[in-house]
Amino acid sequence: MALSGVQIFKLLPKTNCKKCGHPTCLAFAMKLAARQVSLDACPDVSEEAKRVLGEASAPPIRPITLGAGDKAVKMGEETVLFRHDKKFVNPCALALEIKDSMTDDEINSRAEAVANSEIDRVGQKLRIDAILVSNSSGDAGKFENVVKAISAKAPAVPLILSTTNPQAAEAALKVVGDKKALLFGANESNVDAMAAAAKNNKASLGISAKDLDALSALAEKVKGLGIEDIVLDPGARTAKEIMENNNYIRRAAVKKNFKALGYPIIMFAQRDDSMLETLIAALGIAKYASIIVMSSIERWKNLALFTLRQNIYTDPQVPMQVEQKIYKIGEPTPESPLLITTNFSLTYFIVSGEAENSKVPCRLAVMDSEGLSVLTAWAAGKFTASKIAQFIKDSGIENEIKHRELIIPGAVAIMSGSIEDKLGGWKITVGPREANGLPAFLKARAN
Amino acid sequence: MAFVAPKETYAGKVFEVVAGIDKTIVFGGEDVLPFNSFEGKVPNRPVIAYEIQDIPPDDWPEVVKKAYEGVSGDAVTWAKYCQDKLNARAIALRLLGTHPDRLNRSPEEAAKIVKEVLAAINVPLIILGSNHAEKDASILVAAAEAAKDKNCLIGKAQEANYKTIVAAAMANNHKLIAMSELDINLSKQLNILITQMGFDKERMMTDPMCSALGYGLEYTYSVMERIRLAALAQNDTTMQPPMLGDIGMYVWKVKETQAPESDLPLWGSLEERGIAWETVTAGALMLAGAEVLIMRHPEAIKAVEKFIDELM
Repeated sequence: MALSGVQIFKLLPKTNCKKCGHPTCLAFAMKLAARQVSLDACPDVSEEAKRVLGEASAPPIRPITLGAGDKAVKMGEETVLFRHDKKFVNPCALALEIKDSMTDDEINSRAEAVANSEIDRVGQKLRIDAILVSNSSGDAGKFENVVKAISAKAPAVPLILSTTNPQAAEAALKVVGDKKALLFGANESNVDAMAAAAKNNKASLGISAKDLDALSALAEKVKGLGIEDIVLDPGARTAKEIMENNNYIRRAAVKKNFKALGYPIIMFAQRDDSMLETLIAALGIAKYASIIVMSSIERWKNLALFTLRQNIYTDPQVPMQVEQKIYKIGEPTPESPLLITTNFSLTYFIVSGEAENSKVPCRLAVMDSEGLSVLTAWAAGKFTASKIAQFIKDSGIENEIKHRELIIPGAVAIMSGSIEDKLGGWKITVGPREANGLPAFLKARAN
Repeated sequence: MAFVAPKETYAGKVFEVVAGIDKTIVFGGEDVLPFNSFEGKVPNRPVIAYEIQDIPPDDWPEVVKKAYEGVSGDAVTWAKYCQDKLNARAIALRLLGTHPDRLNRSPEEAAKIVKEVLAAINVPLIILGSNHAEKDASILVAAAEAAKDKNCLIGKAQEANYKTIVAAAMANNHKLIAMSELDINLSKQLNILITQMGFDKERMMTDPMCSALGYGLEYTYSVMERIRLAALAQNDTTMQPPMLGDIGMYVWKVKETQAPESDLPLWGSLEERGIAWETVTAGALMLAGAEVLIMRHPEAIKAVEKFIDELM
């Protein structure tokens, strides 16, 4: 478990040499306890201290990076079991399987689909993060050629190379070079050669075993062979097994600090039925997988899974916000009504949804209220007459619309007079108290 | 270091609830987190109820409306179709026509529809108001009387209207759905108020308010997880009723279930996108603890049933 600053201080040289950039060893120890600096900054630390501190300061689940460059994916570092306790740290990677036994056309089109999968949702860029290339042909030469073809087609996409043949692994890893691939497929019978291949090529190593006892023994063996970046496959394939294994692994790492299972999990979701596969992937997102391998990536499926991942991995302590701007609903004309609300994402979703339901084209001005809902923002002084007036003036909306009427939420009717005072030439209309009154309200005005 | 499975045992358990009289459904009863059958009892699978209405689903998006083409014109035909053709284990009748902005149907009219639907089916019935707190108070009382002794799930009782609905559910031998708005404390408080009226806490279920994937799902998800942990780990008996996810009505109004692919090519096929939206919303909330799910699209329900098969 994590050590306190004073416990760490006892292990340091206590020379106050300042070589680490801190005035005293105690100050450095405090920074170490807060995980703001690395122990490497101390040139004189003893091997014993390194061992003790290294073990104590490491996060319960080892951070591992898959791939290199802009599209590299960080995994691990999780610290809790439930998202309401603390934010889940690194969103799981979604990966598409490409078999080396597929036709060239199929291989190309799948690689291209991954490379072009990016979409934007509430300001975040979301994509299929990786490709798993499997050596299902059993032919090492074919595997190498397919890895080459995919690397050419989707050069930035992180790769997982799945084979149990160390020669095939070695050749394919050479193709990927230093792009930090994950070599997947070490097991009890091939572990020495697979570990050597991963080590020679600076790749991470994915390991499989028949149960968690065997898996933790294998992880310790691999670590002993000099590989720290390990990804676990507990062999679970049905939803029931996934639920059991992923829970045990996360609990062992987080609650028991059981280092042998303190690594990210790779999970295989492939099903013939794509809708069921979507649900299995959803299980992985909710329950502790770091890499989810799928057999298909239809755009509808990606959108649903990206959105779920975003929902599960948001910070429960920070309200989700949408960008401050004037949103168009339908195709508004210069005469269409203008409404205003705050930028708490739920507020925005509900108000824009109801405005859309009205089928009356309009504009919705969403003002930055630091993610607070209307009444809370008003009470906190973030949604006041002068701020609203300023926002409307600065937005440039006066050049886009012909009228000068602003519809405010009924909950803050009390502000209508003061907004009129501050926003010269504008008429303020009080809208419904609840968003679900908007369709009737807007329809009545349109008639 | 040898691996020792870090099992959890809890002091509390979720109440087991039975609904219906002919064919019945049983849900709840587990003494572990959802689907954690590797360390405790998960005796019953979650129940999915098909949602129908007393008025035609004119405002449902095309993708889901067409699944009931030709049968959704009246509630009885619709209910029979769900039971006989789609093998529904339960049916949820939403009395939307009673809403003042819809047909403003009277309690007597609502009671008549409830009787007709009950006469046509033998699976359990969930009876829902139009979510107009004031109107529901009279509608649900009439509905509860019309369904006397049929052991329905009736709701939703909210803070603003629970008294008459609770009394009617009690007098007519029904199970009760208590709904509050996305807050574990409000949910606990309402359950306490209801039991203080003499209603048996083992005859109710909690609806902590649903939300759709991408539209606040994480709030419902976390409130459900927290309620379940309070029930199990803290053995809080006021939090031990099973939970309800009223999925369909939230999912089938968001943009992702309606916008055509021609407008948003990056979002893919509208048909499957809509079904996936309902499927994933339901799947996620089931993992958070929902034991009863009210859903609309037959394909989404089929997918979630397959998921349950794999999880059990």
